[in-house]
Amino acid sequence: MKIFQPKKWQYLFITAFAFFLLESCKPKGTQSAAGGDATKAYVAPGKYDEFYNFVSGGFSGQMSVYGLPSGRLLRVIPVFSTDPEKGWGFSEETKPMLNTSHGFVPWDDAHHPELSQTNGEVDGRWVFINGNNTPRIARIDLKTFRTAEIIEIPNSAGNHSSAFVTENTEYVVAGTRFSIPPDDANGDVPIDSYKQNFKGNVSFLSVDPKEGHMKIAFQIRTPGVNFDLSHAGKGNSHGWFFFSCYNSEQANTLLEVNASQRDKDFIMAVNWKKAEEYLKAGKGRKQAVRYAHNIYSDKTHSATSTIETEITVLDSKELADMVYLIPCPKSPHGCDVDPTGEYIVGSGKLAALMPVYSFTKIQKAIADKAFDGDYEGIPVIKYEAALHGEVQKPGLGPLHTEFDANGNAYTSMFVSSEVVKWNVKSLEVLDRVPTYYSIGHLMVPGGDSKKPFGKYLVAYNKITKDRYLPTGPELTQSAQLYDISGDKMKLILDFPTIGEPHYAQAAPAELINKNSLKFFKIEENENPYAAKGEGQAKVTREGNKVHVYMTSIRSHFNPDNIEGVKVGDEVYFHVTNLEQDWDVPHGFSVKGANNAELLIMPGETQTLKWVPEKSGMFPFYCTDFCSALHQEMQGYIRVSPRGSNVALEYSTGKTPAPSAAKEPAK
Amino acid sequence: MKKIIKSLLPMFAFSFFVACNNENKGSNTSGDDNTTTTTSGGQETVQDEESQKDIVKIAVGSKDHSTLVAALKQADYVTALSNAGPFTVFAPTNAAFDKLPAGTVDGLMKADKKNDLQNILEYHVSIGVFKENMMQDGQLIDQANNQKITISKSTDGKITVNGKANILAAIPASNGLVYVIDEVLLPPAKN
Repeated sequence: MKIFQPKKWQYLFITAFAFFLLESCKPKGTQSAAGGDATKAYVAPGKYDEFYNFVSGGFSGQMSVYGLPSGRLLRVIPVFSTDPEKGWGFSEETKPMLNTSHGFVPWDDAHHPELSQTNGEVDGRWVFINGNNTPRIARIDLKTFRTAEIIEIPNSAGNHSSAFVTENTEYVVAGTRFSIPPDDANGDVPIDSYKQNFKGNVSFLSVDPKEGHMKIAFQIRTPGVNFDLSHAGKGNSHGWFFFSCYNSEQANTLLEVNASQRDKDFIMAVNWKKAEEYLKAGKGRKQAVRYAHNIYSDKTHSATSTIETEITVLDSKELADMVYLIPCPKSPHGCDVDPTGEYIVGSGKLAALMPVYSFTKIQKAIADKAFDGDYEGIPVIKYEAALHGEVQKPGLGPLHTEFDANGNAYTSMFVSSEVVKWNVKSLEVLDRVPTYYSIGHLMVPGGDSKKPFGKYLVAYNKITKDRYLPTGPELTQSAQLYDISGDKMKLILDFPTIGEPHYAQAAPAELINKNSLKFFKIEENENPYAAKGEGQAKVTREGNKVHVYMTSIRSHFNPDNIEGVKVGDEVYFHVTNLEQDWDVPHGFSVKGANNAELLIMPGETQTLKWVPEKSGMFPFYCTDFCSALHQEMQGYIRVSPRGSNVALEYSTGKTPAPSAAKEPAK
Repeated sequence: MKKIIKSLLPMFAFSFFVACNNENKGSNTSGDDNTTTTTSGGQETVQDEESQKDIVKIAVGSKDHSTLVAALKQADYVTALSNAGPFTVFAPTNAAFDKLPAGTVDGLMKADKKNDLQNILEYHVSIGVFKENMMQDGQLIDQANNQKITISKSTDGKITVNGKANILAAIPASNGLVYVIDEVLLPPAKN
């Protein structure tokens, strides 16, 4: 056989041909995105975006806020992780927010933001988000765009199927990803005793309709499965909550293989109205637990952390008619309810089809007792009896589904890296678009509520590779905005995100921006260390504790000269920003401080603790460019050795007479 | 050295051909046919010659798998298998395809048999990494087409798939594992 042996000129030709192919191979997505459609994402300088987009920060522990359609990053809200930029978790006022039953936990993994709802519609008051690692739920107040409350979830580990709300935000839920021995049981047991000792839990936290304060109303004890995601019923299905669960095999090792053995896992349907009845009838069991409940007050500008010690548990095995299981193929991930509340979509991430359940059929199946036996005492509804139908060949690796107002659903496909649009009733696939690359969650504004706003869809991709200029091994994760106003979805923008975006929510700007606070009123400041005017500035000593009641206003601190502090003293700088003007924060930082800066909003008081370890001169200054004389906004604190006789003195603007110059301390 | 370049060049050109072809298919799917399983949203177009090779790059680089690669292209499966996975792919050699009755492969490569081709290829893909030491005799593994393969393991650790296919080689990929097998796995008839 004669083998083709290219000559020199043929090499050149092949190389040129390969180069031509290379050129013609450039990803077309980028080019089409830069074409006509890109104008749809353009928001002119000085103009507002149409939507606020609240995006989980994943392993950053925070939540980011973007404008849509521009993709402009508006704010990163510190939630579960410390943020030295804002002093979050570093100031004395905010440290209690990160307190847990495990002590101060300065990081978490934030997954699923959920806007509060009224009558099933986004109401723009609060956004909840779950901390996955040390199980917590946070509530962010959308007047201040700050974390207002964090509550820990007992009997849980990996709070993943959270923080979704019911139709009127009666409850925000949590479901444990890991089953574990309950907190009041001995956890020091062999891991392979999983089936005997490990239990699952879903938690219902009631939300005070006025203040938003959360309280663990009850937990439902379940078999030892892994809960993944959840969504509330709405409309007809209001009063029910649906949780996806995997690992019905109850494996405790190599879940990659061992949790994929059964053909079907479950969607767990919880009748929470029934649970309320049981609770009222005293059918719950009190359990001794310990969990932190942290609340931030905009009056005292400080947080309190309380360790709570009891919850009420309802047992899914003992209490009938409260919990049912519906078979769902292959390790369901997303569990999404359409705007009418009739259709529940289960997305088995390893399944080749997507089941859509009918709430009406589920109710009929329960009435007819159309069960396939039970799973640890919980009735298992027959798959076909609950099924509206299956979406055939939707794509590979279905994860999450959001909805528009026209009866369409949009599902993210991780393995085949695409968004698939399909009709909820007919189950017909209508359109599909690629994402770059490997989409996780997706979001339509209002897309999990009764009233989706539609218009846009954002894909939150897991892999970025060549979408942006490379930045070494770690790349920002890429979000992609699609116009869904027409029959076909169109990619119009890529934008980078912080951490790892999981779920996101979006609401029309006018629902939120009209309530946005401009500053805190100084006369309402109830921080016990506030100096509400320069006349109240002072420095006091209580033993080795030195309290500096400091004010800041353009462009000086009062006091800005402090003497008489000694090595080993605990110095508390209580800095009150006296400005009453929008967007004039002052910062405060002191040389060698072992924590962070303070960033103090107008009218607010924040406290930095500092323990000087050597004597000398320590300058402090304002870190936030506040005025033309920002660079002059500075001061000194003199630190003397232990036992020094330097008197405690403080001043601003005092010019010493030449003869009054003091000698260095002896 | 020259020899290596000589052998690499056509392969290099071919891999671009694969990538481009798929790209074109991707843009086609925004047309009438909405039920195609994959579109070009995958990493097959990423220019990266340094990272460990993914399953598609391994298949493209193997002279024994040109039939499989052609089939993956025809079934729009290049995108998915370039993505994060993880996958275990049972990759029949050209010789394995040649064992099928004459005309079978050509028949499957026709446009109107695309669903059948996809079904067969998906029957060669598991989502998850199944290493040989994790496999057990009699184990059932779910494949991407929603059907199962059966693993047999002899006492000396030799693996057979569906009682027939032998594993000739195991090649780790960046996004999973490729088992080179000497038979095409035919999905059982669906009821």
